[in-house]
Amino acid sequence: MTWDPGDDVIEVQRGPDPGGLGGAYRSFGETLRGMKTTFARIIEGPKVYQYPEEKVPVYPRFRGRHKLHLFEDTGLEKCVGCSLCVAACPSDCIRVVAAENTPDNRVSAGERYAAVYEINMSRCIFCGYCEIACPFDAITMGHEYELSDYHRSDMIFTKEMLIAEAPERTPLRGEGE
Amino acid sequence: MTLPLAVVGYYEPWWIQIVKGVVIFAVGLQLVPVILLAERKLLGRFQGRYGPNRVGPFGIMQPLADIAKLLGKEQSRPTTSIGLLFGLAPVLSIVAAVAALAIVPFGNVVDIFGERVGLYGIDVGIGPLYLFAFGAVAFYGLMLGGWASGSKYSFLGAMRAAAQLISYEVAQGLALVGVIITAGSLSLVDIVEAQAGMWYVVPQFVGFLVFVTAGFAETNRAPFDLTEADAELVGGYNTEYGGGRFASYFFAEYLNVIVVSAITATVFLGGWQLPFGIDPPTWVDPLVVIAKIFLFVFVFVWIRATLPRLRYDQLMSFGWKVLLPLATVNVLVTAIVVVVR
Repeated sequence: MTWDPGDDVIEVQRGPDPGGLGGAYRSFGETLRGMKTTFARIIEGPKVYQYPEEKVPVYPRFRGRHKLHLFEDTGLEKCVGCSLCVAACPSDCIRVVAAENTPDNRVSAGERYAAVYEINMSRCIFCGYCEIACPFDAITMGHEYELSDYHRSDMIFTKEMLIAEAPERTPLRGEGE
Repeated sequence: MTLPLAVVGYYEPWWIQIVKGVVIFAVGLQLVPVILLAERKLLGRFQGRYGPNRVGPFGIMQPLADIAKLLGKEQSRPTTSIGLLFGLAPVLSIVAAVAALAIVPFGNVVDIFGERVGLYGIDVGIGPLYLFAFGAVAFYGLMLGGWASGSKYSFLGAMRAAAQLISYEVAQGLALVGVIITAGSLSLVDIVEAQAGMWYVVPQFVGFLVFVTAGFAETNRAPFDLTEADAELVGGYNTEYGGGRFASYFFAEYLNVIVVSAITATVFLGGWQLPFGIDPPTWVDPLVVIAKIFLFVFVFVWIRATLPRLRYDQLMSFGWKVLLPLATVNVLVTAIVVVVR
């Protein structure tokens, strides 16, 4: 015994059958509609960035190239060489060699400082764990994303490079942009 | 005595014929890079981007850079290919396209240095037949190239080209028959002159649509670019081609676009005639024709930007079941109307 659908039958609107002269007539109309759509793109104008000249603005929390920070008043490094960022780094791209501060060579505010602070940018995955691990907010993720270079050895950023400002600032995306 | 091909009704000195040949070839050659760039820029705009704009001001040197790049490449061919045919095929494509360009009338007879010169290569007494003859030869270029490459993808592309040719040439020819009946002449110059009052695009609208649709297939362009079909056939008949030979194929394709646009402009859009009784001086005529050619190139690009590639069987059934009956009915109705009037 077959199942009686009763009131459950609903009308489904299906597309017209393709083929034949009727189908050709309909597809001609649809073609014109499609051409209208594409022509609207010309009137709209291009929606792309001319990259090297105009850069895509980044969000404030964009994780780009790292920055090492100094104390603004004293000019001392915030990094104390604790190597917590090294421990947190999942791709093992940070290398820190700590040294003792002496009274006549005072580099950081703490007891020790990072004599060597290197980040291998070709290995970094920009996860931002180093930023979270740092107890002194000495390292943060910046906004620069143009990091390509010709040699792998050039991808190792030293402490001086990380402290220095990027030569060209990446535009920042404003509120609601 | 009249020559079998060119019935011009006046005598052109030999040097004028040579100059005309060179000028037509040069104009055709100069139009190709312009159209190449126009297509890429327009396609960019259709897709919401700019298109090439880096090489030279506004990217106008882009075609030159492309050609220089292609010519600088190594001429290589697969070991399975047939050398003679492999080299011959792109040449055949170009020759056929240039030869078809010869019958496009850019203007009527003018006086140059005291000689009467027609602004066209030849005014053939069999106009459209000449066009279709060379259109078919152009397909030989594709088929030979695909077959001589000795590669599966090329062969598939060549087979598609063969099948596409027979599906579309018939409808295209029949679409022109309506115009020929109305104009009462096979000569393209006569056809243009017969459109002085009204362009044939109005009374022959169905023929116009069929001809343009078949023209897309004839030039192997989207949505009928099944012979190339980069997504499925890697490039179809020109898969194995590179360097200068590929450039030749590329060139021939765009030359074909120009030819089909020019023929459409001539046959349906009144050639050098302007509407509303505007009668510019004679030297404007070629510019009018070129402007109409560019109008059609725009439509070509527009269609390419809009429609996806048809499936193979859809193309076949569209050609045989829709275009051919439409063209036939168009011819019959035109014939009846012409006889009754």
